[in-house]
Amino acid sequence: MRLRVSCRAVAVLMAVGLPAATVMAEEQGAQPAAAPAAQAVAPTSSTQEEIEALRREIEDLKNQIRALRDQVGAGLAPAQPIAPPPPYAPIPSPAPAAVSSQTSNYFNPSVSVIGNYLGVGGSNGTENLPSSSLRESEVSFQAVVDPYARADFFLSFGEEGVGVEEGFVTFTSLPGGALAKVGRMRTAFGKINPLHLHVLPWPDEPLPIVNLLGGEEGWIGTGVSGAFLLPLGDVFSEATVQVLRGDSGELFAAPQRGDLAYNGHYRVFGDLSEATNLEVGLSYGQGPNGLVQGSKTRLEGVDATLRWKPLRTATYRSASFRGEFIRSRREDPLGDQTADGWFLSGEYQLAKRWFTGARIEAAGHADDAAQTDRGKAVLLTFWPSEFSQLRGELRRREYADGETANEVLLQLQFAIGAHGAHPF
Amino acid sequence: MKPTRLVLAGLVFALAGIPGTSAFAALKVVTTLQDLASLADAVGGNRIETFALVKGYQDPHFVDAKPSFILKLSHADLLVAAGLELEIGYLPPLLDQSRNGKIHLGSPGYLDASTGCEILNRPVQQVTRAMGDVHPYGNPHYWTDPENGRVIARSIAAKLTELDPAGREAYAANLAAFEGRLTEKEKEWTAKMAPYNGAKIVTFHDSWPNFARRFGLVIAGHVEPKPGIPPTPSHTLEIINLIMTDKIPVILVEPYFDLKTPKFIGEKTGATVLNFYPSVGGLPEIKDYFALFDSNIGAFVAAMKAKA
Repeated sequence: MRLRVSCRAVAVLMAVGLPAATVMAEEQGAQPAAAPAAQAVAPTSSTQEEIEALRREIEDLKNQIRALRDQVGAGLAPAQPIAPPPPYAPIPSPAPAAVSSQTSNYFNPSVSVIGNYLGVGGSNGTENLPSSSLRESEVSFQAVVDPYARADFFLSFGEEGVGVEEGFVTFTSLPGGALAKVGRMRTAFGKINPLHLHVLPWPDEPLPIVNLLGGEEGWIGTGVSGAFLLPLGDVFSEATVQVLRGDSGELFAAPQRGDLAYNGHYRVFGDLSEATNLEVGLSYGQGPNGLVQGSKTRLEGVDATLRWKPLRTATYRSASFRGEFIRSRREDPLGDQTADGWFLSGEYQLAKRWFTGARIEAAGHADDAAQTDRGKAVLLTFWPSEFSQLRGELRRREYADGETANEVLLQLQFAIGAHGAHPF
Repeated sequence: MKPTRLVLAGLVFALAGIPGTSAFAALKVVTTLQDLASLADAVGGNRIETFALVKGYQDPHFVDAKPSFILKLSHADLLVAAGLELEIGYLPPLLDQSRNGKIHLGSPGYLDASTGCEILNRPVQQVTRAMGDVHPYGNPHYWTDPENGRVIARSIAAKLTELDPAGREAYAANLAAFEGRLTEKEKEWTAKMAPYNGAKIVTFHDSWPNFARRFGLVIAGHVEPKPGIPPTPSHTLEIINLIMTDKIPVILVEPYFDLKTPKFIGEKTGATVLNFYPSVGGLPEIKDYFALFDSNIGAFVAAMKAKA
């Protein structure tokens, strides 16, 4: 049954996608290819000729200016209805050389690598992070597939293994305000889970993600996702529905192919003023937990983000506050578990390159709701440039097993390659 | 028979009842910069409605990709962007989520305003980020030359005519009126700036090569050591020495930069620190593209006269 449901979902998606494809083909059929990405350097042999050509052009222009000056002097120019040509000619851009090895590069995806180094001091027997690690090297490949779709791959290299953190195609030109994704993706559950580790305002994942969404990685699913805009005046309102494979890390386990996981997310975003905006989201997810035939884990979430950033001084001063609450209801033959988790955090920008922040958090264990971990942290972040970031966190975590760990986390992140979009 | 007619009549009434006084639906034009919106308004007149994502007093390199912009883009018929990767930090994700194939890159509803403009500082050698936040396609602040404004207005007119052929004559007439006024204004601006031909200036960020070239100013240095890198003590000292030796009269600062370092340099050297506005909307009185040059040139001339 469930398998059939998922097949139907794919069929619907295809049916919606194909007519859109033909519409788009008509709209875009005659468009020229995008401008070449690279400027070819003129070969040295023709430099002399080019100088000659430019010299001639300058002479021509001088003559034109002289002629115009004469006209103006004779009082002819004002009577002319046509605007005069610009007083100088635009610099001719060198024509791209038609070398096949170069043109084949035009369609290569943009590539970037983000290194995430973490050094940890203090002692922690429960979460024993290594003293020094290149925690993640995230390689991304992103490009437009065709007029209907784009593709994004994020490969996460640990020190030992490689994983596909995300790899999906997005159909960007579907009718009816739909945005469809197919592939492996961070699920749209809450505000933090969809984000990659390197864009978080902390070097570590908060406890509710770790304890209730299956560990440090969070909930990553493979399947299809549809996001729809729901009209709500000037307020941005979007509903996302995702149908995913039934097993995912430690969160879900699907003994049978037909056991699927589902996620729904609804968010509204509104500008309260030019400088302030608020985003609120509701999430609901469920999937098989594999304990017994048909047992499920259900997830509920609420998240809110308030941002303040006066536009004129936007690069110097800003503040943001976020909070998220997650409840996990796990059906267990030994007794159902309802575990809650939450965090509250704030970030304040002190100067162009300096940010300070704080976070408090608590979360029960998904498989034993009586066990609760708690934590507090303060942070300081320095951005030498837009492409590197140094962050220190002082963290105190009180674990349910009785251990209290005081640690210092030092994170250095660095990005090379294509300029990605700034996270928001 | 009758029911059909009724339905037809109903349809006619329904169409006539759509809000708006004009018989045609205004073309929705979203621009990134207010300058582009001002140029589009000049050419499109009442046949278009414009909305600019970025405020004139905002650093155009750092704009948040707010979901409310997705809503604006989802309804747009035309998107006019500055291009040259000025918008790379926020526009691509907004476009991807706009669900509006009409305005995607390469679609008829996407206009790169830099096309045909004179672009300066195109790197001629390999660029690396050791040079700071360089733009590999050239300096993206090209609209600060009014002749580039003319080119942009022409591109927008051509694009509007393509999307809305019924407005061909209106766009042509508006463009001619705009160009006529621009030609007149250029004469006035050039005359005002003529006494300062060859004057050296220092600017905070490298936003002014097109303006300087057009009006005969020479940019001797920047308060930023490298594009996007905030001032450092050693570089500030270099700039102070440069201003002293070359007797540079003014330091131009975009409205979105901290005035602390420029003011310090000004106190040490006697150079005047002048807020200079790269975009329409930078001040409430800079309401359109003409007012942008009126305001900047007026302020510059006043500062230079005060020096003399």
